[in-house]
Amino acid sequence: MIDIIIDITLLTFLAITSVAILRMSNLFAIVMLFGVFSLLSAGLFVVMDAPDVAFTEAAVGAGISTVLMLATLALVKRQQKPHYTEETPQTHRPWLPLLVVIVTGSALVYGTWDIPAFGDPDAPAQTHVARYYIDNALQETGVPNIVTAILASYRGFDTLGEVAVIFTAAVAVLLLIGGRRPKSPATSKDKESKIKPNLILRVVAKFLIPLIILFALYVQFHGDFGPGGGFQAGVIFSAAFILYSLVFGLDSAEKIIPANWLRILAALGLLIYAGVGIASLLLGENYLDYTPLGSNQIAGQHLGILLVELGVGITVAAAMLILFFAFAGRGRD
Amino acid sequence: MDFLIGHYNYWIVIILMMVGLYTVISRGNLIKKIIGLNMFQVSVFLLYISLSTVEGGAAPIITEGVEIYSNPLPHVLILTAIVVGVATTALALALVVRIKESYGTIEEDEIHKLDQSL
Amino acid sequence: MIIDIASWILLLAGGGLGIVGGIGIHRFPDFYSRLHATGITDTLCAMLILLGLGLQAGWSIAAFKLALIFMFLFFTTPTASHALANAAAHSGLKPKLSSNDSDKQAPHD
Repeated sequence: MIDIIIDITLLTFLAITSVAILRMSNLFAIVMLFGVFSLLSAGLFVVMDAPDVAFTEAAVGAGISTVLMLATLALVKRQQKPHYTEETPQTHRPWLPLLVVIVTGSALVYGTWDIPAFGDPDAPAQTHVARYYIDNALQETGVPNIVTAILASYRGFDTLGEVAVIFTAAVAVLLLIGGRRPKSPATSKDKESKIKPNLILRVVAKFLIPLIILFALYVQFHGDFGPGGGFQAGVIFSAAFILYSLVFGLDSAEKIIPANWLRILAALGLLIYAGVGIASLLLGENYLDYTPLGSNQIAGQHLGILLVELGVGITVAAAMLILFFAFAGRGRD
Repeated sequence: MDFLIGHYNYWIVIILMMVGLYTVISRGNLIKKIIGLNMFQVSVFLLYISLSTVEGGAAPIITEGVEIYSNPLPHVLILTAIVVGVATTALALALVVRIKESYGTIEEDEIHKLDQSL
Repeated sequence: MIIDIASWILLLAGGGLGIVGGIGIHRFPDFYSRLHATGITDTLCAMLILLGLGLQAGWSIAAFKLALIFMFLFFTTPTASHALANAAAHSGLKPKLSSNDSDKQAPHD
């Protein structure tokens, strides 16, 4: 009973926040509301028994996405007074889009009339393929977290494709905005006013950054037994370095992690993942079949999942840092 | 009443989807379009995770004493989808930065006008 | 039984403090006073809620994790308020000192 109330309340807040995002015109406020939206949806995922997904949504949606949007806003506005980019009103013609949206919405609502009720244990989604994974994942892979077992072992090809997508996005962003901004006459006058070094932020950041990195390593290696895994760990690891760069300046951050290392690391993670598959091929089995990697099937699965998640974590961390440094470095002269 | 509670999730998902779609179609500011697209994506994630819950179930991590687990397959799919979503958003934001540098504005109407006057 | 009652009281008190902080953001007239409202109530709200949850968890690894979460929040919530106030002061936002002061603030909705 209580969790139904929590569910309904959070969903209502989510709908109200989305309408607020639609109606506001101050871009900075919209980006902040988007962070709230992501966090509310992460809370909903926890209520709906999906801790891995909630973890990823909170780290990626409320963390990295919001940071990148704020970095874009900083690049896109020009004045240095707190006069943020307003969306000019009257740029929309509301009637045709409203008609499209109402027609599509009604068709979808008509479609939901026959969906089995929320939480029904006899729904077709719960009774066919999922039963096999719930019953057999622990025996076949030795990993209690079924989501990690499916992600890294049963559906390993999908995860390989996903790591490739992240790598491609990092490369593409580097190509687009990796260099310095071209000089235009308007920018030579307004210098970015620098915030003076702040003692409190420096001390607290120095205290927190090792703990954040430790937590990232914990999430990475504990992903077999609890919620966690490569993606979340990679994002949290990059968050530590982003915090360092926000407090101490982009130049100090680039001395700690030179840009070349990041590019090599991003490629290295993907190479580790694909390399595990090639190793399986060379040892006589199919591509990404982990059985020949160890003495018996369980040991092979453990080693394979460990290496694969390590590759994912390395690429995700390096890619997020490449993205952040590309956005933050574009504004420098 | 049971029907209402059992389907409330899906109706809110449809509302979020439509608000996101409306933001993409009808607003002219590029960053707002990207945020609308993200809202649409999050609503699809909610749809899948709502389909995968089981009443009285626990998170799909095998522990002692738990018999009913939630369906783990949509969780895996949505994990991948979230990360691919952030990759797409980052690329879209990079394109917005380049558009601003070339055209001087991020409003769609003004970009069209500048394009046509070239 | 007594643990249940104690954790109910703590959770409700924490939630009530959160609501008070939210009302503060809405009703205070100016940025700095709003920051003051949440910076103070958020930390105590988090502590009461975590303490209530910790009573339910007993002496276990979950209670240790809750204590770690509390330490983290204890350090970062006031630091975040400080960073916000510092950034606002740096970009020229002046506090509204009397109700006759014209709003010398950033244009907001």
